[in-house]
Formats: sequence, structure tokens, C-alpha cells
Amino acid sequence: MATSSNLGLGRLQARRGKIYPRSAKGLYTRWRWFFVFATQLFYYGTPWLQWNGRQAMLFDLEARRFYLFGLVLYPQDVFYLAALLILSALLLFLFTAVAGRQWCGYTCPQTVYTEIFLWVEEKLEGNRNQRMRLDAAPWSWNKLRRKAGKHAAWLAIALWTGFTFVGYFTPIRTLAGDIASLALGPWQTFWILFYGFATWGNAGFMREQVCKYMCPYARFQSAMFDRDTLIVTYDASRGEPRGKRSRRVDHKAQGLGDCIDCTLCVQVCPTGIDIREGLQYECISCAACIDACDDVMDKMGYPRGLIRYSTEAALEHGWNRQQILRRVLRPRVFLYGTILVAVAAALVTSLVVRTPFKVDIIRDRATLARIVADGHIENVYRLQVTNATERTQQFSIEADGLPGLMLLGDRAVTLPGEQMGSVPVQLQLPPGAADAGSHAIHFHVTSPELGQVTEKSVFIVPR
Amino acid sequence: MSDFTSPFWSIYVAGLTLLGIAACVALLWWTQRMNTEVHADDSTGHVWDETLTEKNNPLPRWWIGMFAISCVFGVVYLLLYPGLGSFGGWLGWSQVEQFERQVQQSEEKTAPIYAAFESLSIEQLAGNSDAMATGDRLFMNNCAQCHGSDARGSLGFPDLTDAHWSWGGTPAQILQTIADGRIGNMPPMAAAVGDENDVRNVANYVLSLSGAPHDAERAKEGAAKFAVCAACHGTDGKGNPALGAPDLTAGIFRHGPASEAHIMAMIENGKVAEMPAWAHRFSTQQLRVLAAYVWGHGGGIPEPAKAQAAAETNVQAGSDTTTDTPAQPAAGDGPD
Repeated sequence: MATSSNLGLGRLQARRGKIYPRSAKGLYTRWRWFFVFATQLFYYGTPWLQWNGRQAMLFDLEARRFYLFGLVLYPQDVFYLAALLILSALLLFLFTAVAGRQWCGYTCPQTVYTEIFLWVEEKLEGNRNQRMRLDAAPWSWNKLRRKAGKHAAWLAIALWTGFTFVGYFTPIRTLAGDIASLALGPWQTFWILFYGFATWGNAGFMREQVCKYMCPYARFQSAMFDRDTLIVTYDASRGEPRGKRSRRVDHKAQGLGDCIDCTLCVQVCPTGIDIREGLQYECISCAACIDACDDVMDKMGYPRGLIRYSTEAALEHGWNRQQILRRVLRPRVFLYGTILVAVAAALVTSLVVRTPFKVDIIRDRATLARIVADGHIENVYRLQVTNATERTQQFSIEADGLPGLMLLGDRAVTLPGEQMGSVPVQLQLPPGAADAGSHAIHFHVTSPELGQVTEKSVFIVPR
Repeated sequence: MSDFTSPFWSIYVAGLTLLGIAACVALLWWTQRMNTEVHADDSTGHVWDETLTEKNNPLPRWWIGMFAISCVFGVVYLLLYPGLGSFGGWLGWSQVEQFERQVQQSEEKTAPIYAAFESLSIEQLAGNSDAMATGDRLFMNNCAQCHGSDARGSLGFPDLTDAHWSWGGTPAQILQTIADGRIGNMPPMAAAVGDENDVRNVANYVLSLSGAPHDAERAKEGAAKFAVCAACHGTDGKGNPALGAPDLTAGIFRHGPASEAHIMAMIENGKVAEMPAWAHRFSTQQLRVLAAYVWGHGGGIPEPAKAQAAAETNVQAGSDTTTDTPAQPAAGDGPD
């Protein structure tokens, strides 16, 4: 069904118009810069921290050891990674339900690096109007100089980002030395350049395209929105009808709303939308338009908040701040919150009670059971003990589960830090002590310092 | 190289692949020229559920560029690597070649570890903790399947930790057993022994050799008939390592219980037991490390065997020295 008259034909694809965001000043912009510094201090700084003579945070993929300060994790601990990812997802759900796309607007790397790159761009090419003029101008020495300077600065930041990223996976101090002496391995070189290129491309060129066309979170976050979710809103009832006016006249008498149609909210928007058209999928909740509009309202002598963080329901019913806050406590938020707390508690508990050594029982398969001297029945097992700490540990082995079960072979194992040892042990059962068949038994491996791990296995009595 | 049963399938696969890429390119070219209706409110004019309007939202141009890059990448990949039917690609890469290269790299990496073992005798290796750690891993990955993680064997597979060796327990003999394998052949002997009664008597005699429960009368009868067995097992029943004929006086019954029925079955049916050869799987140094591991774990090797083993190793070492330094006599000749 056609609702409006056929106007013309459009292409299925179109050239993307470049967005020149005007820089904003104000409360929310200051918050964004706070998060830029906080996240980047963490990101660039962490790999340089040392802990007990090694890198404090290092994900050694080759050796399959994951160091997090005092904690050493193994591939078997992938459970913690899964828990961490679930936790992050739930945090995103909860945050989005309460306050919308705050993650996107303040802490997402795409936003953070775009903000940094825009700062560089503004320093070297000038403000929005100067940048637009420079791009439109023919090539000149001045344009070349500015563009080259910008890209040099961008590439420096991008390569440092790539270098830091690789520094989480290979010791960053050695990596720095390798770069200094031009002895970088081919894969390290590749990944530094790859992440450098991705940073340069995404923060320098792709920018809002990443959020609009690539990011899956941006798409499914709208499923967590409801009428009580905090969003960037334009108060149309106060702003309309918009129009230009002199500061000296009483605009209300002229039948005008508070919006002076200066379009600053559109100029500062990093995704190039007009927030006055209402909530749009492109909006990353960065509140640059709020800062811009508040500034204008101040200059006009109007109250702030024509564009503000509010909710759909609040706009409709004219709620104040307290009424909005009261609506935060709703079933959806409770549900996300409860699951979040439960998963977080489970993760912390599991990390606290984690025994930092692992035991695997491998039964000999070809030899299910054998009869030895005096008719004793013997089963052979191989115990693989992994010392997940960084110090030498002693372990003792015991077995129980059947009356008269005897353990032969090594009962004590000493393992250096981060080493795996495998010990063959024999279990013997006196003749007639158990029926033919398979019996559940348990091995207990005890370390005086680390505690005990119990693993189950079976003892087979032949027919 | 390829596994196609006829050239048709190679052409079929290559043709379909190229047709697929060509179709993608054609689709891109075609949609580039396609238009859609755009209305005054920047919608396509499609409305569902009364208010749901489809906005005109054209794909960004760079996205088309990525499709084009994918098509180019596909063609370049298919030219460089195998993929187009039986065409092997210009780079000549193959999984087999990559595997062989990686095996070679791994061998180059482990070479220095084994090089350190080269100058040690098998006996010395047995006392070297590095060699034994390597030996343990080799044994667990290759030998433990039959001989058990504790090397104590099971039904049909010999215990390597006792002092009894069917094929001899010196380092050189163990090395040969591992490298070349052994086939122990006990032929069916019932016909040579006589009737069933004779077989039963011989079985009881065999049991009596190791002091296992037996019928003394029958054993006495069987002693004379044992002569046909003595060819291999010796007149005293102590076996012959040269043939792999086991010592019947040791009380070790590898293939079954120490019962009359089992021994009779062995005499009647015979037995072929094979230790496979490992020389093709392992390097010389790996074989020596394994031999040392097994020799070292044969805890019950009697002293004479050890002395003999030591002597043999010395002889070996001596011969090695002479082959290594052929110039020595010449140097000695020099001053003369």
C-alpha cells in the first residue's frame, strides 16, 4: 500500500556522506573524556605492570597460561571466561534497560578512539567549518601538510594501540625490545599492523558506520528498551514550534517554542542525526546534543533541558526526576539485576574456593584388570597432576571406595610450579573382596598448602 | 594428487565454483543499476500493520566494495591454493607438504635434546633423568597401550619390570627387540608329542618345572615326551633367548593361568605373539632412550646380566671410539 505519492527513484546503495561533528563542551562531554582517560589508562597501562617478576596481566596463548596478577589460569578454566562474558552481557542488559546506550556513548572503544581521533583532527585541521572548507578546497601545500600531520598522528596512536594489544599476549617489555632492535617476529608484526590498521580505519574513517552497519550490540540493545528507559529526548511540547528569533523579544508572544532552530544539536551529533525527530536507532546516547543545547539555552536565558536525558513515559506524563527514578525499580530491572548478582556471586565464590591444582585420572584401557600374585586383582591408573601455582608443591595420593583397596606405586609427588606430572599407580584388591564388574572408587590428591582434590574413577573386577 | 574418480568431477567442481563467483559479480553489477521507489517522506511506500513504514535506507557504497573484494579474493585464492577441482594452485601448497615441513621443523627443534644423549651408553641413559623423562613420554604414548602405564604388562603382553626376558635383557637385545620387533612362534606340537594323554602328561611336566600345582605321576610320564619341546625350551626347560622360547621354570604364564587346561591348549594350538617393529617410527636416539627406559625399569635384572650388559656396552663404546677416530694410528705413525 502506498501512503504517499510516488516521488521518484532511489538507488539500492548510496555514497556515505562524511560527518563533521562540531566539538561540544559541557557536563556530558567532560564525563566522556573522563571515561576516555580511565579506559585508556587501563588499556595502555596494564601490560606494563609487573607481578612477582613477570607481567601482571599476560595471556600466553602459546604456553596456554593466562596470568591475572596472582592468578594463573589454564585452558581448563575457560569456564571463568564464559562466566565473565555472561556477566558482561548481563551488565549491558541491565545498563541498557535502565539508562539506554550509555556504554556506546561513553566507554565503547569505537566511541573512545573516535573521540581521540576527532581531537587530533580538530587540532590539525581546525573546527567543523574549517574542516569542511579544507576538504572542499583543492590540494595545496597547506592541505597536504595538515592531512599528512593528521594521518601521522593517527597512525602513531593506532600503532601504539596495536602494539599494546599484542603486548597482552606476548610480554610487552620483550616486545618493545624486539621492536627497538628490529627483531620482531612475523606474527607479532602482522597483529600489530592489523590492529593498528583496524584502529586507524575504524576511528579515522568508519566511525559511526561501525555503529550503524557492523555492531550487533547496537542492534539488539533496542530489544532491552522500554518506555521507562533513559534516552536522549527532545521536549517537543516545549520546543515547538521552532524558529529563529531575537533574544530581546518574548518568543512566547510570537507563538514560538524554546527551540531557536540553531541546528547545533545536529552539528555536534557524531552519527549525523537530528534528535528533534525523536528516538532513532543511530543515537548512541552520547549527549553531545544536550551539552550543545544547554549552552544555547543559557545564552538565550531559557531554562536548560530542552534536550535532556529522560524517558518516553516521562515526556508523555510530564514526570519530574523523582518520578523517573521511581520507575527504575521495575520487573525487567529486577530480573536482570537478580541474575547479574547471582552470576557474579557464583563467579567470585568459585574463584575463592578454586583449588589451584588439577587431577586427571586415566585408566589403562588395554589392561582392564589383571590377576597378580596370590590372586589379587590389580587395576592400573595414570594420575596426571597439574600444579597451577607458580611454586613447587608436594602432593600425596590416596584411594578409597572398596574394602581392602590398596594403593601401590608412588604415593607422593613433587611438582615444580606450572608443571604437569603423571604418575602410574596400581590399585590392588584381595580376591573375593568385590563382585565381578565395575565399582566406583575415588582418588584423593592432597597438598598441604593447597587443599584436596577428589576425582572419581572405577575399579574393574574381571568375571 | 586429487581423489577424483574421473576428470568429469574435477571440471564439475571447478565449473560450479567459478559459476558461483561469476553469479555473485553479475548480481552486484545488476543491483548497482537497480532502482527503488522513493516517496516524499523518504519511505519506499511499503507499510505494514497500519503504521510500520519501510524507510529508504540504501546500503553504504563501501559495503558493495567489500563484496567486490570478496569476489577478487576468492579468485586469487583459488589461483594460489588448491580448490578448483584437481588444480593444485600456483603456490604448490598441500596439506601433506605442510605436515612434512612441520614434522621436519619439530625434529630440528628436538635434535639438540637427543644430540646430548648420543654420547651416552644405554646404561648411562637409564641413569640420566632428562633421558628418562623423555623415555617416560615416549613409553606412555607408544608402549603403554599394550604393556601398561606401569610397564607391567597384562594377559598376552609381557611384564617389562621383572628379570625375565624371552628375547634377552641386555641393552643391546632390548634395543633390537624394540627396533626390529619380535615374532614369538610356538608351533602346535600335539602331533609330535603324541595322543591327548601324552599332551596332558607333558602339560603336567611343564607345570612341575616352575613348581605350579600339578599331577606328579603324569609329570613323570611327561618328562620323556618333553624331548620334542627341548629343541627350543632346552632340556632343562630354561628357554632360549635366541628363539624367544620362554623360560618354563620361571613361573610366568603370559598367555593364561597356570592350569593344565591352558598348557594343553598351548601345546595343541601353539601361539604366535608379535612385538611390532618400531624402527620406522622412531629415530635411533629415540629407540636408545626407550631401550634405556625399559632396561632401567627391568628392576629385577640379575647381576650377571648387568655385568654382561655393561661389558657389551663397553665393547660397543670401544668400537665406536675406533670408528670415530680412524686417524689415530696414522697420527701414531707420524713420528716414526
